[in-house]
Amino acid sequence: MSAVIESHEHDHHHGPAKGLTRWIFTTNHKDIGTLYLWFSFTMFLIGGAMAMIIRAELFQPGMQIVQPEFYNQMLTLHGLIMIFGAVMPAFVGLANWLVPMMVGAPDMALPRMNNLSFWILPFAFFVLLSSLFMEGGAPNFGWTFYAPLSTTYAPPSVTFFIFSVHIMGASSIMGAINVIVTIMNMRAPGMTLMKMPLFVWSWLITAYLLIAVMPVLAGAVTMMLMDIHFGTSFFNAAGGGDPVLFQHVFWFFGHPEVYIMILPAFGITSHIISTFSRKPLFGYSSMVWALASIAILSFVVWAHHMFTVGMPLAAELFFMWATMLIAVPTGVKVFNWVATMFKGSITYETPMLFAIAFVVLFTIGGFSGLMLAITPADFQYHDTYFVVAHFHYVLVPGAIFSIMAAVYYWIPKWTGNMYDERLGRLHFWLSFISVNVTFFPQHWIGLAGMPRRYPDYALQFADWNMVSTAGAFLFGLSQILFLFIVLKTVRGGKKATSQVWEGAEGLEWTLDSPPAYHTFTTPPKVS
Amino acid sequence: MKLTYLIKLLVFVGLYALPVLGYADWNALNMTEGATEVSKKVFDLHMLIFWICVVIGIVVFGVMFYSMYAFTKKKNPNPSSFHESTKLEILWTVIPFIILVVMAIPATNVLKEIYNDEEGDVNIQVVGYQWKWQYKYLEDGINFFSNLSTDQDEIYNKIPKGEHYLLEVDQPVVIPVGKKVRFLITANDVIHSWWVPDFAIKQDAIPGFINTAWTIVEEPGLYRGNCTELCGKNHGFMPIVVRAVEQNDFDNWVAEKKQAAFELAQLTEKDWSVEELVSNGETVFLKNCAACHQVSGQGIPGIFPALAGSEIVLNNKPRNIEILMEGVQGAAMQSFANQLSEVDIASVITYTRKAWGNGEKGDKEIVIPKEILEYKNNNKRS
Repeated sequence: MSAVIESHEHDHHHGPAKGLTRWIFTTNHKDIGTLYLWFSFTMFLIGGAMAMIIRAELFQPGMQIVQPEFYNQMLTLHGLIMIFGAVMPAFVGLANWLVPMMVGAPDMALPRMNNLSFWILPFAFFVLLSSLFMEGGAPNFGWTFYAPLSTTYAPPSVTFFIFSVHIMGASSIMGAINVIVTIMNMRAPGMTLMKMPLFVWSWLITAYLLIAVMPVLAGAVTMMLMDIHFGTSFFNAAGGGDPVLFQHVFWFFGHPEVYIMILPAFGITSHIISTFSRKPLFGYSSMVWALASIAILSFVVWAHHMFTVGMPLAAELFFMWATMLIAVPTGVKVFNWVATMFKGSITYETPMLFAIAFVVLFTIGGFSGLMLAITPADFQYHDTYFVVAHFHYVLVPGAIFSIMAAVYYWIPKWTGNMYDERLGRLHFWLSFISVNVTFFPQHWIGLAGMPRRYPDYALQFADWNMVSTAGAFLFGLSQILFLFIVLKTVRGGKKATSQVWEGAEGLEWTLDSPPAYHTFTTPPKVS
Repeated sequence: MKLTYLIKLLVFVGLYALPVLGYADWNALNMTEGATEVSKKVFDLHMLIFWICVVIGIVVFGVMFYSMYAFTKKKNPNPSSFHESTKLEILWTVIPFIILVVMAIPATNVLKEIYNDEEGDVNIQVVGYQWKWQYKYLEDGINFFSNLSTDQDEIYNKIPKGEHYLLEVDQPVVIPVGKKVRFLITANDVIHSWWVPDFAIKQDAIPGFINTAWTIVEEPGLYRGNCTELCGKNHGFMPIVVRAVEQNDFDNWVAEKKQAAFELAQLTEKDWSVEELVSNGETVFLKNCAACHQVSGQGIPGIFPALAGSEIVLNNKPRNIEILMEGVQGAAMQSFANQLSEVDIASVITYTRKAWGNGEKGDKEIVIPKEILEYKNNNKRS
């Protein structure tokens, strides 16, 4: 027996299991990465369908398609699904595929936990979505679930929502532990921390943020559970509790959460811009420091989401100044990307198009973020469509464009096939145009005074809401094209070389395309 | 390849943007300057930060677009390999920092000015309810609720929408111009937020807390605003209207309000017929109750109980009155004791006991205004 196990031919014969059990019992980082990515895309379509319902209702003033109570359920589930179901699992999926290949490790450090952290996610979202069919309907208090709307005044399904958030949190924490242990212990000899690819750096920092804040979220929902079922009054003023405490706890989780959804995007963009500029990334070490600074600052800015709750002047000033400071490291990142392109030798394949759009549109989201940091002005912006425009700019052409860029960039490596470049570019242009048509006018209707989370609105906002809805439907349809392109690539296409892109550098490009089921069973040397 | 991109862009502009640009209302694209000194300062601050962002954007995107144009593989087949410059990194850390300081100074000053919670000449307590606002004038004892006055038929597209669709109320809050008006803002159930853009006031209304905001309005007029914190189903349907008037008009209004309160007390003493109660009750029900219990009295299963066929409405008059007066702990049903007059409470109870076939099934009892007054006297609130 032992002779078989020690066979050097081992990894050539040990392929994936056959059929469904391959996916259910897999401990392989590539399989789990694939599962995460498909799960994320499914959630993206479900959350997107909800966005379409929202935008369809907002196409014209008046109530046409849904009732206000259902509208509130849609906006709540849209937010929760996109954040916890689409963006976060997509980044975990990318980490699963890429981190071991980038650091020269054979797999993730904790493969069984890896399986568990994925397979509890579908249950979390099954529970969440099933609340739509419960008496009283699904959660209807916004993804920020402010108490007491989410406690005393919540529909009965809130308990299922709490359960679901707990499962999502457990999944994220396990995923984060896995990433940290892998990066800390399984790097190839010679790969010092400051030689790690930026995607790995960005995920290392993200993973620490996750471990720091997901328990805070768990604490918040547990206090809600106690208030609802066990007679406590954490957030109930009538019982001596404090509704504002909820917001402090929530945003202490919520603000780092925002960076959890953007730091890996920074890593991805750095790789792609460098590759297609055929030039090494400008300012590698300052990029790492900027990532770390943003992560640390994210813990001391949470109350900028709460400028209107009536905090004392000193607190308002502190949170305003601290928030403005974030512009410094974020600016450094943008300048470094521009400097990387400067005097490069640039080509515009689909991943590069998405990456450039990311830099431009994320920066626009950054500008509106800076405006929102200015407390007196925030009194006017807060909870209007200006905020909706701001966070959609950093999340859709920000986080989601970077995920799409990553898929186009690495899919030849994953499948061994090149995607269809013409269709890829078409997908890019459709997405780029429609995302701006959707979200740019929302800046204006917000400034003009339309509050967010409104199922109906005054007549002066009618024109631009109509434009925004038209853009949203085009964006939604464009993503069907994305699905088609990915399926087409998985099924076949021009064979990819192991290098794939002329300017690509890093360990993953030394492997075959597609890579063997087990890679780097003996660690590569990094000089 | 460049050309095809250009064509695509032009197609976009042609198909999408142009007709829209011609047709859209360009005045509705920016923040209002507002009607007070503070709101004008906030507007100036907003424009200052906006233009700084525009300039930074032009510089950064300028370099970027130039690089995209000048350093393509065709034009520059041999890329440089520079990838570090400590000088540059320091430069683009320090310059943004200085710009931020330049932004922070005026922002800090305006904020300090806004934070002034000295007493006003007129002090009004603003209380958020699901889904209406209550205004209590601390000096004059005036107290009323302000409800959306837009017709449900406008909302459901059965009749054309009026000019101030969703921005109109039955009773605006009235303030004098040129005087410091202080608002003490709180809530009765969930968190709401009281926003009047023209005053640059947005202050959350939080149960258990009292937040303050103040304003001095220069020009008489109607100023409209919204609730800006998600507060449940009708979050989008609880607007704010402030009517600013000259001091003597304000004094007249105060006198009228006091007279009206006196007359209302007289009405309570009057003998009411069942028909009068039911007809007044229907109006009260549609305005205050139908949002949850529905016009059909069927409620929404699992959230808002049905009144049609309800055991309490049919056969338990004391509990029926008690619920209206005290609300239901832990549910959306609030106390209407301070929101509605004795007449209105009596008539709405009578209405629910007669409508939807309830009148044929239950104990057939009605409630008259004096009974509500009696209840109030027996259950004096502190």
